[in-house]
Amino acid sequence: MWESLKEFASWFFVTGDPLIYGAMVSIALTMVAIVFVLTKYKKWGWLWREWLTTVDHKRIGIMYLIASLLMLFRGGVDALLMRVQLAFPNLEFLHSDHYNAIFTTHGTIMILFMAMPMMFGLFNMVVPLQLGARDVAYPFLNAVSFWLFMFGAMLFNLSFVIGGSPDAGWLSYPPLSQNDFSPGPGQNFWIWGIQISGIGSLATGINFIVTILKMRAPGMKLMKMPMFSWSVFSSCVMIILAFPILTVTIALLYLDRFAGAHFFTMDGGGNPMMYLNLIWMWGHPEVYIVVVPAFGIFSEVVATFAKKKLFGYTSMVAAVMGIAILSFFTWAHHFFTMGTSANVIAFFAITTMLIAIPTGVKIFNWLFTMYRGKISFKQPMMWTIAFIPCFVVGGATGVMLSVAPADYQYHNSYFLIAHFHQVLIGGVVFGYLAGIYYWWPKLFGFKLDEKLGAWGFWLWNIGFYVCFMPQYALGFMGMTRRYYTYGWDLGWEPLNLVSTVGAFLMGAGFVFQVWQITYSIKHGERDTTGDPWNGRTLEWSIPSPAPFYNFAVVPQVKELDDFWRVKEEKANGTYKEEPVHLEPIHMPKNSGLPFIMSVCWFIAGFGFVWEWTWMAVIGMVGVALVMWARSFQYDTDYYVPVDEVRRTEASLGRVY
Amino acid sequence: MSGGKWPRRLQLAVLAALASIMLAGCGSDYVVLNPKGPVAQTQYDLIMISIILCSIIIIPVIALTAFIVYRYRDTPNNKATYKPNWAHSTKLEVIWWSIPIVIIAILGYFTVRDTYALKENPNKEVQPMVIQVTSLDWKWLFTYPEQNIATVNYLQIPAGVPVQFQISAEAPMNSFWVPELGGQIYAMAGMTTELYLQADHPGEFQGRGANFTGEGFAHMQFNVKATSQDEFDQWVKEVKGTTPAMSKEDYEQLRKPGLSEVLTYSSFPEGLFEEIVSKYSHGHPMETGGSMHDSMHMDGDKKESAPGSEAGEKKDESAHSTHHMPNTAMTPVMSH
Repeated sequence: MWESLKEFASWFFVTGDPLIYGAMVSIALTMVAIVFVLTKYKKWGWLWREWLTTVDHKRIGIMYLIASLLMLFRGGVDALLMRVQLAFPNLEFLHSDHYNAIFTTHGTIMILFMAMPMMFGLFNMVVPLQLGARDVAYPFLNAVSFWLFMFGAMLFNLSFVIGGSPDAGWLSYPPLSQNDFSPGPGQNFWIWGIQISGIGSLATGINFIVTILKMRAPGMKLMKMPMFSWSVFSSCVMIILAFPILTVTIALLYLDRFAGAHFFTMDGGGNPMMYLNLIWMWGHPEVYIVVVPAFGIFSEVVATFAKKKLFGYTSMVAAVMGIAILSFFTWAHHFFTMGTSANVIAFFAITTMLIAIPTGVKIFNWLFTMYRGKISFKQPMMWTIAFIPCFVVGGATGVMLSVAPADYQYHNSYFLIAHFHQVLIGGVVFGYLAGIYYWWPKLFGFKLDEKLGAWGFWLWNIGFYVCFMPQYALGFMGMTRRYYTYGWDLGWEPLNLVSTVGAFLMGAGFVFQVWQITYSIKHGERDTTGDPWNGRTLEWSIPSPAPFYNFAVVPQVKELDDFWRVKEEKANGTYKEEPVHLEPIHMPKNSGLPFIMSVCWFIAGFGFVWEWTWMAVIGMVGVALVMWARSFQYDTDYYVPVDEVRRTEASLGRVY
Repeated sequence: MSGGKWPRRLQLAVLAALASIMLAGCGSDYVVLNPKGPVAQTQYDLIMISIILCSIIIIPVIALTAFIVYRYRDTPNNKATYKPNWAHSTKLEVIWWSIPIVIIAILGYFTVRDTYALKENPNKEVQPMVIQVTSLDWKWLFTYPEQNIATVNYLQIPAGVPVQFQISAEAPMNSFWVPELGGQIYAMAGMTTELYLQADHPGEFQGRGANFTGEGFAHMQFNVKATSQDEFDQWVKEVKGTTPAMSKEDYEQLRKPGLSEVLTYSSFPEGLFEEIVSKYSHGHPMETGGSMHDSMHMDGDKKESAPGSEAGEKKDESAHSTHHMPNTAMTPVMSH
């Protein structure tokens, strides 16, 4: 009995590596500490009522943000481990298996469990406020989305200590990701972690499209909608078109692994190239899904901190929607080297280059928003200004990569690695950080400390160039991605060492940002006006932090940048005060079902990962039961009485 | 943080970085920028054209950014014009919609031209020589059908002669890359891709696998030695005379996961490469790569193997089972 238990444990848990034992101990200690604190301060009820069951888009946004910062930490640690291993030739810090697992989880986490939730966090924190809405279109579904993401991410991260991490690359190309070459549960963790959170992403896409189309304040025509909301719309259109492809593709991959199907196998009639095509039909739009909202953020930030209207609003809208369409016609540029006919390659090279046009236009529009403005260098603006040169260079190397015959020399080399990190860090990370600094006061009621933020900013920026510029050069030296080691004879060592130093500078930047947040909770400048940056859009017209119903009175919109118009009219005395009368506010009720349903998904996912059918069945039955229970729930909403609204507003310093 | 100055510093840093890459490109370690054959030369020219065209955008934009950010900073003494409602200019917008369009049009022309050109033999005056490349876990097998010799992890070619590589795999997808001679192409089971490369002069070049194939991937490097035709013929003769023949069993041994030394064989089983390809092509004409010539060539092979499809399937089964290798079955080089 004891022996078979021991045998099970050594197969079930990841064993044999001191790094992982350390991680296990720290995970266990953290869990014990959390349980202890919650019990000691009697916070279990609070946790359940205020957070686990919430359908408030702002709280869901905050939870997304916290989760994504934790994932940024883990993905970042993965990156640093890789950079240590590559700092010198023939280093034996990590061996091949471990290194392969780390670059796989780094990529998967950074895109799917860091960028996506950080983006969804910003959608949730901002879009309803910007539209003058009281919540998203489907608040219950919004909570389902969040918890599916959360449990998907937890399932994926579990592979670190149980069963073993996936190690076939962040897109798990078959045949390498098939049973023949990657036996064991690692790849299944990859499939089911993404599958479960992917359902949530798709639902979020639907939710925000409907929110944007149906929930705008009266008078806000589509062409009077703030640019960030437009970018969210573009991103969500791509989500609902792209994510079903991902779901189907990795479901088929799972059938190959679990049921012995032959969709993508090397033998038995399977076609691995089909997988490459399908995964990039999702994967290429995916990078635009995450970068387009960053463009929206830059647009808001630039207009606010240059104190000037966004230049070329109409062509900006055309550009983000154009990108949404073009993004579906470029996928094959991820494998120009597949040896297909020149016609196919030429087609995808040209479509890829075309994307540079709307992207370039946006850069000029931001520049000319600043032109003849009055630029103040607050943190959101610093990140935006830093973004422009970084993204211009990253975009240009992207154009270089689209030159197909030249791509045969760049493909899978560090030139490619440097390029996509430059657009993803320079575009997505800088953008989301700008957004977080910008909207932080609206969510939490205080600003983040400027001085610590400046440390973070400069360390990130200098670190970025020190880390990734040498990687372009390493690409020209023929260094291939996913090498866990290299020899002395290739001349790669000096630049690799420099790159590692840069990575640690960025890591130090992150530490400063965490310090900045914890410091500012106590000492940050409080925002009592609700409009700390002299903003232009509706979210700045309400108090900070926003009350749970957002708007006591739904605003009437006349112009783009409507709040700016109101402020101007008030300043020059032309503002006509309309008589306001408060009405009871219709709000959704909290529900524990999204959480419970996602727990069931987690159980099912765990069963699928280990191919324990009984467990998967139990989980799926649970999911079905929750859906069934929900369909009989009629008591899902309520009205906030006028008195309570008046009292809440008064406590926030607004009298009605 | 005194506003305004830093973007210029940033710009300098970026330019310096770019310049150092370009200058350092003269160093021989920058293999991509030191083309040693016509294919790599074409690609080098394209790289340079695209760098120049991109610089036409990058440099003015970064300079403009620095200027605007400095000129319009919000400081008490700044007398620059402030026009908070100026947000549209058709003329300006037409200009910056058209600049990228023009650049892309020029770049697109060169791209399409060379995409077609690289499908062809780069040296029309000389009949190309054929070498078959098979990516295995984790080593490269090269078979020379015209000479009937085979090598592992080592390639010798005559300089000045275009080589047509026919590339496949009996392992996860890899990519065959000799940067100094030209760009890479995928090696996929069940398909042949085709790549022309030529070394203009004798020399030694590094080749490697460029697409991740698992545990031993980083060790899939090989030397390419280009010699004069005479020396090459001499080498072939030597190989024929001094090295063992490769048997079917040798190949089965070779394709088991693990690393390998450099090996040389005086002959290899007839039709080995074609057999490797057709083992996974399931009787479907499903290769993505190759010219018309090549696909006809493959169809011929399939016709031969199709009637005996039962035997073929049995072979598939055995291939399947031998791949159930625990990851630990590695040569000592790998384990620490």
